[in-house]
Amino acid sequence: MPKLTIDGKEIEVADGLTVLQACELAGAEIPRFCYHERLSVAGNCRMCLVEMERAPKPIASCAMPVGEGMVIKTDTEVVQKARKGVMEFLLINHPLDCPICDQGGECDLQDQAMAFGLDHGRYKESKRAVTEKYMGPLIKTIMTRCIQCTRCVRFSTEVAGIEEVGLLNRGGHVEITTLEKAVNTELSGNLVDVCPVGALTSKPYAFNARPWELKKVNSIDVMDAVGSNIRVDVRGREVLRVLPRIHEDVNEEWITDKTRYITDGLSRQRIDRPYVRVDGKLKAASWDEAFSDIKEKLSFLKGNEIAAIAGDLSDAESMLALKDFMTNLGSENIDCRQDGAKLNASDRSTYLFNSSIAGIEEADAVLLVGSNPRWEAALINARLRKRFLEGGFKVGMIGEAADLTYEYDYLGAGPDTLKEVTSGKNVFAKVLKDAKKPMIIVGMGALTRTDGAAVLAEAKAIADKYGLVQDDWNGFNVLHTAAARVAGLDLGLVPGSKGKDVAGILEGAENGSVKAVYLLGADEVDTSKLKNAFVIYQGHHGDAGASCADVILPGAAYTEKNGTYVNTEGRVQLGRLAAFPPGEAREDWTILRALSEQVGDALPYDNLGQLRQRMIEVNPVFAAIDQVSTTGLGDIAGDGTKLSSDPFKSNIENFYMTDPISRSSETMSACTEQFVLGKEQGATGTNG
Amino acid sequence: MPLLEDKDRIFQNLYGQDDWGLEGAKKRGIWKDTKDLVALGREEIVNRMKDSGLRGRGGAGFPAGIKWSFMPKEDPSRPSYLVVNADESEPGSCKDREIMRNDPHTLIEGCLVAGFAMGAHTAYIYIRGEYYLESTRLEAAVEQARADGLLGDDACGSGWAFDVHVHRGAGAYICGEETALLESLEGKKGQPRLKPPFPAACGLYGCPTTVTNVETVAVSPTILRRGPDWWKQFGRENNTGTKIFSISGHVNKPCNVEEAMSIPMRELIEKHAGGVRGGWDNLLAVIPGGSSVPMLPKHVCDTMTMDFDALREAGSGLGTAAVIVMDKSTDVVEAICRLSHFYQHESCGQCTPCREGTGWMFRLMQRMVRGEADVEEIDMLWDVTKQVEGHTICALGDAAAWPIQGLIRNFRPELERRINEYKQSRQAAE
Repeated sequence: MPKLTIDGKEIEVADGLTVLQACELAGAEIPRFCYHERLSVAGNCRMCLVEMERAPKPIASCAMPVGEGMVIKTDTEVVQKARKGVMEFLLINHPLDCPICDQGGECDLQDQAMAFGLDHGRYKESKRAVTEKYMGPLIKTIMTRCIQCTRCVRFSTEVAGIEEVGLLNRGGHVEITTLEKAVNTELSGNLVDVCPVGALTSKPYAFNARPWELKKVNSIDVMDAVGSNIRVDVRGREVLRVLPRIHEDVNEEWITDKTRYITDGLSRQRIDRPYVRVDGKLKAASWDEAFSDIKEKLSFLKGNEIAAIAGDLSDAESMLALKDFMTNLGSENIDCRQDGAKLNASDRSTYLFNSSIAGIEEADAVLLVGSNPRWEAALINARLRKRFLEGGFKVGMIGEAADLTYEYDYLGAGPDTLKEVTSGKNVFAKVLKDAKKPMIIVGMGALTRTDGAAVLAEAKAIADKYGLVQDDWNGFNVLHTAAARVAGLDLGLVPGSKGKDVAGILEGAENGSVKAVYLLGADEVDTSKLKNAFVIYQGHHGDAGASCADVILPGAAYTEKNGTYVNTEGRVQLGRLAAFPPGEAREDWTILRALSEQVGDALPYDNLGQLRQRMIEVNPVFAAIDQVSTTGLGDIAGDGTKLSSDPFKSNIENFYMTDPISRSSETMSACTEQFVLGKEQGATGTNG
Repeated sequence: MPLLEDKDRIFQNLYGQDDWGLEGAKKRGIWKDTKDLVALGREEIVNRMKDSGLRGRGGAGFPAGIKWSFMPKEDPSRPSYLVVNADESEPGSCKDREIMRNDPHTLIEGCLVAGFAMGAHTAYIYIRGEYYLESTRLEAAVEQARADGLLGDDACGSGWAFDVHVHRGAGAYICGEETALLESLEGKKGQPRLKPPFPAACGLYGCPTTVTNVETVAVSPTILRRGPDWWKQFGRENNTGTKIFSISGHVNKPCNVEEAMSIPMRELIEKHAGGVRGGWDNLLAVIPGGSSVPMLPKHVCDTMTMDFDALREAGSGLGTAAVIVMDKSTDVVEAICRLSHFYQHESCGQCTPCREGTGWMFRLMQRMVRGEADVEEIDMLWDVTKQVEGHTICALGDAAAWPIQGLIRNFRPELERRINEYKQSRQAAE
């Protein structure tokens, strides 16, 4: 713990900090451009120069490690002159076009020029201009504004693991470029965030709004099961953009492109009023008409003839309301596992990412089973990469080979290899055995198969045999892809003892034993099997579920309701209403509450507080917001099926289109064309 | 002051009159009992180097013995490296070129001795790409040394395994900066690294490394052989030994010459370079240490002593001892403008003050050449050089700033004259 003096104030800081960090702790603000907490130190902007006693020149505080007895001065004439000088240099070739720059109002250069710069320019020569670069459908470039801090280069190579972004040429001619290639990573939107100026801005958001016009609401993302913390920026009723919030244990400071650029999907294909099917055609209706239509159909049915499926984006509140609603109707046919994942709701530890996402950084070996984390949970993949770069981390992969941005040992394609690991025949068995904190990540690609339960049991056998679960370490991880899944399992949205699961419901609907199906935002089921049944679809987008429905009830998307979500590690987080749902659409649990007055018994909660109280009664985990608990691993018994030899296949074929919102987004279809179908488009023609 | 006698010159074949190869080298006393030098042991070699007071010949003048002593003890998990900086690209400097072209074995022998003193088994010589002939000679000399057992698993029979590799650069001035050189040697873009950590702690491939100039390495075996006291009789306190001076510009006989340190500038120019063109009184100014140090006007040159301390006191520097002489026919503003062009062209573009400042300074200098400026802009130019100096990652920023500072300090009236002349010509035209 070195002790140093900063501006006459003595402070003791942890070893390994930089002078800049120590200054922050001491309350001295240090301006900076190239320095970023989560990236390597470049020390090239020279904005953070401070004076150090006994040093002949001012030092770059971002790059200087703290030392015992250092005396630092951050506010002397030398420092101020250095800052003013650097500021002036940055501005001589930076266009002063703030009024037409999308970064205006949230620009580091603008802010620091106000705080540390001169009030006039002395530069009379001609300014540098840099040709635009093409970086794909998400990032707009105005490279003349670039101040060459290389944050984007460092983010790409270090966090995202791609090498396309680089610095070309030298001297005053340096340029950031991708050589006309789109930035092919799921995390590319973060380049816009790390860019301290308006050189890289969001293409879909270009010229849409000014930051001061926007209402900012903290919420939770539902595009995958990571539960990224986001800030939703809205103007009026329109969500204009989504930005990351810092949560060290979940998403750090990053979000995926799907999370960020989904926003246009929120205003397209929306269901803004109830519909009922009349003579085979959907007709706009009032809430009363829709409810009475449902009441008419359901009142003649027995409990076991009714079924419900909860979708992947549902909030916990609406799922519990659905479950209570179905219980009142006497139905046990309810399921939240649209994809048919063979997970058991009885023991939480058997379906969670137990090591926690931050726990990845402690692990020293991981076995991926039937999962492509890069597409299923890009931020967990980034965390795996971060751990990999630290060294001493072995990754083994069973399933489809893919570019994960880090090295791994490809072990095999299917359950046969998994069995080899269990029996110790596979080389990776020794790696797991020798590791101090080994972990296994089982993806949905391995669990949604008919032999999913057997795969899970096999994974449990590996966990037992190789010490994946220890007193203070639980390396048994299930990687979910659906934001609603863990909450659904926590609330018991699985069929009762005589109930039918998703496959059973679909089969029943086909053969007539199930006569009515309630789809709560469920669009990923095979709707062709629902032709014979009366289908109620409650949701926010006109997608697969709505097109086969007989009654459509307009619900709210995740940005339009106060909802609880539980991420893949079992962390309960609260999403908040940022904008009201369109038209006559309502928050989902209130729809079920209103419907329950017409059909069956009224649900016993009149407001969100009471409903959340009920959630806590059903499962106490909902009382512990933003916490993860590591417990031991419960028993996993197979369901009697045998492991097949079919290779594992990830359940995500296109990262950019996984749910009704992303399927409605034009930005996401542009990304699909670019990155999935590989159609290079729109290059500027300036190579370099 | 008597001139240096031939017997005291280390580089006996500086002019290439003799055989550059191994046989010739051996005749000149190179590789003589190198084994015994190694047998002195690491500590003794470093002590003798410290005692000799040899200061680095690359420009900064850091005491060589102290630099060598920074290298850690041998660690089998982290090899130590000696890297010889032969990327001699400073305008005006051409001393290393002559050493490598005509006396390469002095350098190779020096590598072995210096490398041993640093605990290094490998030396890399990073040679300027344009030095094609020199690199072929050097490589041939390395081959000769290997074939003769002077390098190899048991170099010179000393029991020390040692090898030398020659690596050609690709033409970037910045790769002569020691950490940029290491980056380039590792196959990366030549951009200086942040210090700390210094190369002695974390250099080439993250291992302890000392980067040192050709001349420093090449003179070290002779210093050890003849003893620090012999070396110290040349020059003066803290500026000991002999030094190769490269004299160019407006002199009658431009040349490289090995002379004792602290020789008066006038004597150096007149006795070895045939004097200033048109006589000493025709002298305008001298850049005494390669293009990056500030120039000195004639009245300072009259009594100037050529060594590190004297030149620093005069507000300039010995640098690489490349003496660029300018007589009164010189357009001194344009001359400095040309140097500004060089530095803005060679800036790596990594850090802000240098990337932006060198370009700005060059553009301002272009206007100063024409006189198309205001008198106040001279002060602004001075201010800009001060904003660059000392604020950059490496010394290129300083190197770009100093020549202009030297110009303004010594020739401000000339700048003002041009500005007024230009103004008057414009007024006349109107």
